Amino acid sequence: MSEPARYRLLLALLGGATTVLFVLSLTVGPAAIGFGDSLAALVSGDGGAIVLIMREIRLPRALLGLMIGATLGLSGAALQGYLRNPLAEPGLIGVSASASLGAVLAIYTGLSAAFPLALPLSALAAAVAGVLVVQALAGMHGGTLTIILAGVAVSSFAGAMTSLALNLSPNPFAALEILFWMLGSLTDRSMEHVWLAGPFILLGWAMLAMLARPLDTLTLGGDAASSLGVDMRRVRFLAVFGTAACVGASTAVAGAIGFVGLVVPHLLRPLVGARPSRLLPASALGGASVLIAADILVRLIAPGRDLKLGVLTAIVGAPFFLWLIWRSRGRLT
Amino acid sequence: MSLLTLSGIGVALGGRDVLGDVSLTVDAGEFVGLIGPNGAGKSTLLRAALGLVAARGTVEIGGMPAARLSARERALRIAYLPQEREIAWPVSVDMLVGLGRAPHRGPFAAAGAKDRAAVEAALGRMEIAAFRHRPATQLSGGEKARVLIARALAQEAPLLLADEPTAGLDPEHQIGLMRLFADLAREGRGVVASLHDLGLAARWCTRLVLLDRGRIVADGPPRQVLTPQRLRDIYAVEAFFGEAAGGLVVQPLDLVASNAKNERTVHR
Repeated sequence: MSEPARYRLLLALLGGATTVLFVLSLTVGPAAIGFGDSLAALVSGDGGAIVLIMREIRLPRALLGLMIGATLGLSGAALQGYLRNPLAEPGLIGVSASASLGAVLAIYTGLSAAFPLALPLSALAAAVAGVLVVQALAGMHGGTLTIILAGVAVSSFAGAMTSLALNLSPNPFAALEILFWMLGSLTDRSMEHVWLAGPFILLGWAMLAMLARPLDTLTLGGDAASSLGVDMRRVRFLAVFGTAACVGASTAVAGAIGFVGLVVPHLLRPLVGARPSRLLPASALGGASVLIAADILVRLIAPGRDLKLGVLTAIVGAPFFLWLIWRSRGRLT
Repeated sequence: MSLLTLSGIGVALGGRDVLGDVSLTVDAGEFVGLIGPNGAGKSTLLRAALGLVAARGTVEIGGMPAARLSARERALRIAYLPQEREIAWPVSVDMLVGLGRAPHRGPFAAAGAKDRAAVEAALGRMEIAAFRHRPATQLSGGEKARVLIARALAQEAPLLLADEPTAGLDPEHQIGLMRLFADLAREGRGVVASLHDLGLAARWCTRLVLLDRGRIVADGPPRQVLTPQRLRDIYAVEAFFGEAAGGLVVQPLDLVASNAKNERTVHR
């Protein structure tokens, strides 16, 4: 099979897997609703309990799983390509940590109890602030190393402030709420969350998609890419702000979910001939599949215990990542 | 027509003047060897011409001020082969060479017949078609170098700037590359290559530019630029000069005797 045909087949398989998992995600939950009934309720007009459950609970959950999974896969692939480093992940530039801090502050101050969207809004605002600091630190001519270091600095500071909020939290319930929120989850999200995060996520995707060709050229290094007509300042802008928009919005509604953005691009890279432009859509679909599958698993493994999605992705992701490293250790230099 | 005109180029890196007031014009049909000791400013000069490093002075590319050209317009006029042979991902040789076509293609256009022809020509010229499907990161150093040169050739720009292109190549491929650059010049393109091998520079370049401590100290045909006294002064080596097979032979033999070297240091 020719290379482009193999690539199209891979995208078709990943797209098929995502679709199947999305439908499965709609039909799994504590309310025992039959497969056919649940799907029929999505399109039927009457306002019974099943329709309510499907439209207000399961649909937003599945949609967010799709959007956030694709975001993690896409931004992980884009950042690995931009930084030319297979260890890059969406949280690297400090967006996840600063969004978490914003959410934690909303819980800590009681704002999130006052009105429900205060939490994601505050997280989004903090993500924007964090990425502006990274961009300002890196300056006009800063290289990729400056971006990484600035991201580490912003993440550390946001982490420290989050710890401070936990440290000073007025009561154990607030602390527990903060801690639980930080584990990352898609439980009990509403369509408001989808509408709030959606525009930012789509904007981020559009920006990252524009990186496809430049990322291919960047395989040769920054100077060679520049000499091939790539505007490196534009590339950096798209990579940093595109990641910030979609990862910031994702973290704002679901908390920080680790390992998907790191492992999925890794896993798919050999299947797309290591080509960064092809890795972007493949990794987006792969990320969506993995995250929706994980979100189905948390509901099946421990239905009554509210197992957190971020905990599961880390438990599965970390050993898997170790296996990937073990398998490819001879090829890593 | 002048492909590249540098006027009064100066570069300071970390507070130190690496290049001071360099002026240079490269015309179509020239194969210019950029020579000089380590740290003379050869790489910096090439990078300044491409706008990769902030520089004083003016750069004109194909008669146009470089500042007025977009990155893509510049890429259509100058191809650049950096000294660092960086290949970040295990992509196929084919795909890597195809990257040279990036400035010719629209942002979403697929490779056209002209792009494929240019890639085939470059693969053939560098004799790498045999491993076109292999991951470029698994190749030997010399093979990698040839793949990256092929990438620059596929760009089909009127001017090629190559930073130490012969490093790591065996004699066959070193001479093959010099022949290729000489051919490109004869076809009406221009090549500027920084070189450390004075023997290759003397035999194949149509013109040599000798840099020392950020300034051009000699510029002209190889026989005028390479003289025993200059090699003593600039490189601190004694060299054998001869003629063989209709061309100049320069072979560095030994360091200049130490007292002479000390004297030279005093003169500097």
